[in-house]
Amino acid sequence: MDKREYQWAWLMVLPVLVLVAFSAVIPLMTVVNYSLQDILGRSAFFVGAEWFEETLNNSRLQAALMRQFAFSFTILAIQIPLGIGIALLMPKRGWQASAVLILITMPLLVPWNVVGSMWQIFTRGDIGLAGFIIRELGYDYNITANAVDAWVTIIIMDIWHWTPLVALLCYSGLRSIPEAYFQAARIDRASKWATFRYIQLPKLTNVLVIAVLLRFMHSFMIYAEPFVLTGGGPGSSTTFLSQSLATMAIAQQDLGPSAAFSITYFLIILAVSYVFYVTIMNMQKEKAAQQGAGGAE
Amino acid sequence: MEWMVWTLPTALFFGVIATGLLGMTIWEVVSPTIERKGFLPISTTRGDRFFIGLLTSAYIHLVVVGFTDISLWLALGVSIVWMAILMRWG
Repeated sequence: MDKREYQWAWLMVLPVLVLVAFSAVIPLMTVVNYSLQDILGRSAFFVGAEWFEETLNNSRLQAALMRQFAFSFTILAIQIPLGIGIALLMPKRGWQASAVLILITMPLLVPWNVVGSMWQIFTRGDIGLAGFIIRELGYDYNITANAVDAWVTIIIMDIWHWTPLVALLCYSGLRSIPEAYFQAARIDRASKWATFRYIQLPKLTNVLVIAVLLRFMHSFMIYAEPFVLTGGGPGSSTTFLSQSLATMAIAQQDLGPSAAFSITYFLIILAVSYVFYVTIMNMQKEKAAQQGAGGAE
Repeated sequence: MEWMVWTLPTALFFGVIATGLLGMTIWEVVSPTIERKGFLPISTTRGDRFFIGLLTSAYIHLVVVGFTDISLWLALGVSIVWMAILMRWG
């Protein structure tokens, strides 16, 4: 059978290219363009790099950036191990597997705004279940007045909402490991920990890359949940980057500075994601090379 | 240029990026890249180095504009030299 390559196939990609151009590339170019101008109504003045200088030195934005990093790394440090743990505990087959899968997927189906309002009611001191119980236990829990309470609540809310995604990804990764590996481990009398460390965890690398990247990008852009739950308060203790950006762009209509800020924001996400991706992919490549060398001896 | 208040600097900027991407594509077709290890901690292809170069150049510009009084033209010059070093020995 001779296989012919159809050069025309490339043309089939054109509609997607056009779509991406209009949905991503051109808007991004517009943002770059706005970031260099002062826009007042219908007139625009070219100001050069002034907005970049201003936003990079803005202490409010710097504080929001620090909070954002603290938030993203905290939830990653909790959600990734927790997700792996849940995936390991989930039943492997039968109706229990389906039931657990459905139960665990539920939080993922709830829209961001709704998650925010749910937790807002849940944590209210007067009528909320959690808020009321914690207060009855003697702790003066109040997310509108106490910054620590607000922080802990937002982190728990994010864990509740997004750990299932990590668990699902890990579960699918675990299911794809051939049974032969476990049989070999049993013959060697490998402990549960050794099986996890040397079989399951290495086989999970690929899905973990996706999980870490998705969770980082998602959490770095978090907006609706804290906005609805705490409104960024008390004070500005839970005001993350996207909320600062929205205030600047929509409430204050400062298009130039917010465009400059968006570009900085975008560059940070791009750099961190790239470093994550390259590190994890490289770890895997090195390991494969080592195993290859070991096998040749 | 009137459409969406495009300005000459942004047009030039995107022109250079587009030319760069087009040039890299043609270069790749003419002589495909070989992954190799340079002074960077990872082995990279030509495209990887191009991307790393653009990203680090963006950061060089941000640092210069945000935290120093040095002219942006110097940042541009440094970035071009850095890009050349990275493409050759990275």
